[in-house]
Amino acid sequence: MNTSTGYAPRNYKIVKHKDKTLLEVAMGPHHPSTHGVFRMDVKLDGETIIDLIPYFGYLHRNHEKLAEDMTYFSTMPYTDRLDYLCSMTNNWAYALTVEKLANISVPERAEYIRVIIGELTRLVNHMLLVGFYINDLGAIGTPLLYALREREKILDLFEWASGARMMCNYLRFGGIREDVSDEWLASCNKLVDAFPYFLDEYDQLLTGNEIVISRSQGVGVLSKELAINAGITGPMLRASGVNYDLRKTDSYSIYDRFNFRVPLGQFGDCYDRFMLRLLEMRESITILKQALRDIPKGEIQSKVPPVLKPKPGEAYGRIESPKGELGFYLVSDGSVNPYRYRVRPPSLINLTLLRDLCIGHKLADTIIIFGSIDIVLGEVDR
Amino acid sequence: MNGQGILKGMLVTAKNFFGSYVSRERLTTVSYPEGGNTIKEQSRNIPFLVFDGEDPVAGMRCTACQKCEKACPPQCIFIEKDKDERGKALQRPKVFDIDASVCMGCQICVEVCPFESIWMDSNFELSTFNRFEGLQFNREKLLKSNTYFHKIHPQQAQASDDRLAEKERKRLEREAARRAEKSASEPQV
Amino acid sequence: MQDTLNLFVMNIGQWLSANLGTLNNPDQIIVEIARWLRTEFGNWGVVGFILANLMATVPLIAVFSGCFALTTWLERKGLGRIQNRYGPNRVGPYGLFQPMADGIKMLLKEDIVPERADKIGHFLAPVIIMIPAMTGLVFLPIGRNIIAASIDSALLFFFAIGSIVSLSVFMAGWASHNKFSLVGGMRAIAQLVSYEMPLILSAVVVVMFVGSMNTSVIVEAQQIKSWVTSDAPALQCLGQVLGWHVFQPWGLMGFLLLFVSALAEANRSPFDLPEADSEIIAGHLTEYSGFKYALFFLAEYVNTFAIIGICTTLFLGGWNGPNIRPPWSDDPQALLIPGFVWFFLKIFVLMGIMIWIRGTLPRLRIDQLMGFAWKFLLPLAIINLLVAGCFYHMEWYFGWPFSILILCKSYAIVVRLNKSKLVNSNRTYTYA
Repeated sequence: MNTSTGYAPRNYKIVKHKDKTLLEVAMGPHHPSTHGVFRMDVKLDGETIIDLIPYFGYLHRNHEKLAEDMTYFSTMPYTDRLDYLCSMTNNWAYALTVEKLANISVPERAEYIRVIIGELTRLVNHMLLVGFYINDLGAIGTPLLYALREREKILDLFEWASGARMMCNYLRFGGIREDVSDEWLASCNKLVDAFPYFLDEYDQLLTGNEIVISRSQGVGVLSKELAINAGITGPMLRASGVNYDLRKTDSYSIYDRFNFRVPLGQFGDCYDRFMLRLLEMRESITILKQALRDIPKGEIQSKVPPVLKPKPGEAYGRIESPKGELGFYLVSDGSVNPYRYRVRPPSLINLTLLRDLCIGHKLADTIIIFGSIDIVLGEVDR
Repeated sequence: MNGQGILKGMLVTAKNFFGSYVSRERLTTVSYPEGGNTIKEQSRNIPFLVFDGEDPVAGMRCTACQKCEKACPPQCIFIEKDKDERGKALQRPKVFDIDASVCMGCQICVEVCPFESIWMDSNFELSTFNRFEGLQFNREKLLKSNTYFHKIHPQQAQASDDRLAEKERKRLEREAARRAEKSASEPQV
Repeated sequence: MQDTLNLFVMNIGQWLSANLGTLNNPDQIIVEIARWLRTEFGNWGVVGFILANLMATVPLIAVFSGCFALTTWLERKGLGRIQNRYGPNRVGPYGLFQPMADGIKMLLKEDIVPERADKIGHFLAPVIIMIPAMTGLVFLPIGRNIIAASIDSALLFFFAIGSIVSLSVFMAGWASHNKFSLVGGMRAIAQLVSYEMPLILSAVVVVMFVGSMNTSVIVEAQQIKSWVTSDAPALQCLGQVLGWHVFQPWGLMGFLLLFVSALAEANRSPFDLPEADSEIIAGHLTEYSGFKYALFFLAEYVNTFAIIGICTTLFLGGWNGPNIRPPWSDDPQALLIPGFVWFFLKIFVLMGIMIWIRGTLPRLRIDQLMGFAWKFLLPLAIINLLVAGCFYHMEWYFGWPFSILILCKSYAIVVRLNKSKLVNSNRTYTYA
């Protein structure tokens, strides 16, 4: 049996088992904590995980091939459905790639609105992650419902701007679909001002809680080297102590104009991953404050031909989506459809290490490790 | 690690327990259906067709250009052009079907429509007992008056009306110019 | 038969005129009625015997099932408010009829038995779980002289019977032929083995002090006799409150330990591992539906009632409460407010705390749960036992500071010893 003992907890020794004596449990595809249709076949020795095989693909929707048969523009609403919690950043990554491919510029105001919306999406995603994480830990939904309560307020803003709460389909190549009003910006300001109080409450409820600490510290430790080798991105990578944030390293869009910090974890365990999201939310708020202060008036959409036919070539656009590096790779052959369309989903790539993180831990830890990775099955399976 | 964290957390939940009785900020739930309409003006759900005036068929803005049918990503729109008795194609659809079970409400049909004809409805109470016929929205079901459009999306409807009026004005101007040109050129003959 | 009934009606009249007229003992009305009925039934032969026994048990089952219905409503409503929701509010005023609607739904649901399940075990588990749960209620002194079975080894019997619950849980887990159920059942057994020890050890303290395992005697012992029999109403009130064991250092410690163990014993959050819904679906309940599921639920809540009833009896003074003697009464034992009011009030307060905890805390892991029982609760329970022993033999001015000091110190030491090196509650984060 191929077990990577390096990542098991220190006090656990993996003994050679005859497979027959182990309890094999198929967790999923319909399991309350797999966040969708995902299956883990685990082999248990008592409650300890000896082996874990993840199976995904239950939600495969042929997204990439579908996009190759459609115009560039028609794919936009489908990107909403990748990571359905953060449709705005999906739109953004796709729009960014097409803009790169077809050399489209974006007006100033549109960039600002994109940043505002993107950071609000980050708040939504991180809030939900933290809520669901604590839910996986076994709290009967209280932190989750607090998170949902605050998320509703942001979704109201999204609905106000784009017409839809989750499947926003808001960004367009070279801009955004509709301008936001001054009232929108004012209420966004209000929300951003009130948000730290919610975070304080959350901190008080969770970060010092002994059960949260003892359940999640030292669980699912991901070393720096392994994280880099496996191509992990996003908060999960930063929790392992690697300073890699595309907003800083790539400074796509106008992120170089904002002053913000990148929190780094030290141990790379579940607690670090959980805390990092809380800290990142605070940084998002500083970005939002600056963006809302500086946003100029003006155009929101540059001139783009109604039917886009980019010159033959290729482009890879990536953004720091809340879950990690979300990339789109497009190859154009000069026609109205992309010749090749490929998504680099952060969820899937972060999920690949599940087995290494889980082995040697208890059954209950599997759930929280899985929860701390932060995936959306819509993006994993595409 | 000697229990303060747990006590602090319990204080927070107690605060929320009592807070939910006094503060609307905490108790954000809106009861359905008695809680009232909370739909934002911009909300979109499923497309509908706008007609002007009283008669749905006569006032139909749609000209069956089939642009939305082509642009629709999940291809849920089906349009057939109307014909008069002699078989000549008319500028209006005979069949305009939207499969509500397929439509994902992306608003792309609205964006491509050059005639300000198709717009998004914000009505979300679409459940039926029959998923085949009940979710197959035909032309009669989709056609809604401009007044209704003004009721649900006042700003969009006003902008759309303005654009139409502008278009009409330009058309009239062009016609007048043509007539003037014609009348100017006639006497010379 | 006609004669017996006539006599019965006549006797009611007589009894009413004899007893109710004076209202000497307002809290004893129910007891008097019951006693009189029992003597009445004594004349009826076998039917009377059955009726007399039913009279002792049916009210218990009815009252605690009613409490169960109320508690499910309370729990959903309370959790809802904690989570900033409304909770059930559709059926009846404030959703009060929700438990009824749930019950009807449960009854009408299809009873699904897995094809490869052990049919007999699967059927018997929910039936068997009801027995210990209901039996536990028998020993609770609900009010003065209101107890179904006042036996001398009540406490022993209670804990012995209580451990059968986990057996039935394991039975359900095994018979369901489902791996999640099996894991849940195994967890239930592990939890039982770990938590029975601190549970009993923290209860033993009271037995040591009172010198009896009879629950009625334990409750009576929690009064300051001289104050209660005095004439000043304020003293009477205080006498029935300050005597509670929880107001003594060992009692407070014992109560906390017993309450925490009770959480585990009753499978309540944060120790609800056997049915951990985020990990093993619903544990032993996974393959149950319809009325069997409802029975499990009922048993779980009744079991909870029994255990917090014991908590109340042992440490919170049972049916004692701020109570005065009615001014017109000449019986020194008489109480104005019936004792069961205080008893149920305390039960619902403890239940409310359980709901509050459930709304706040995440779940422990199985090894941490066992560690918590063996390395934290058990040492403290033993130390508490020793402290109580010393306290008993000391004067109050020496015993109080001594026991407080020892208990606080030992709490701190046990916490420190339990502290894992891997865990640090004050992590700091750097920014790049």
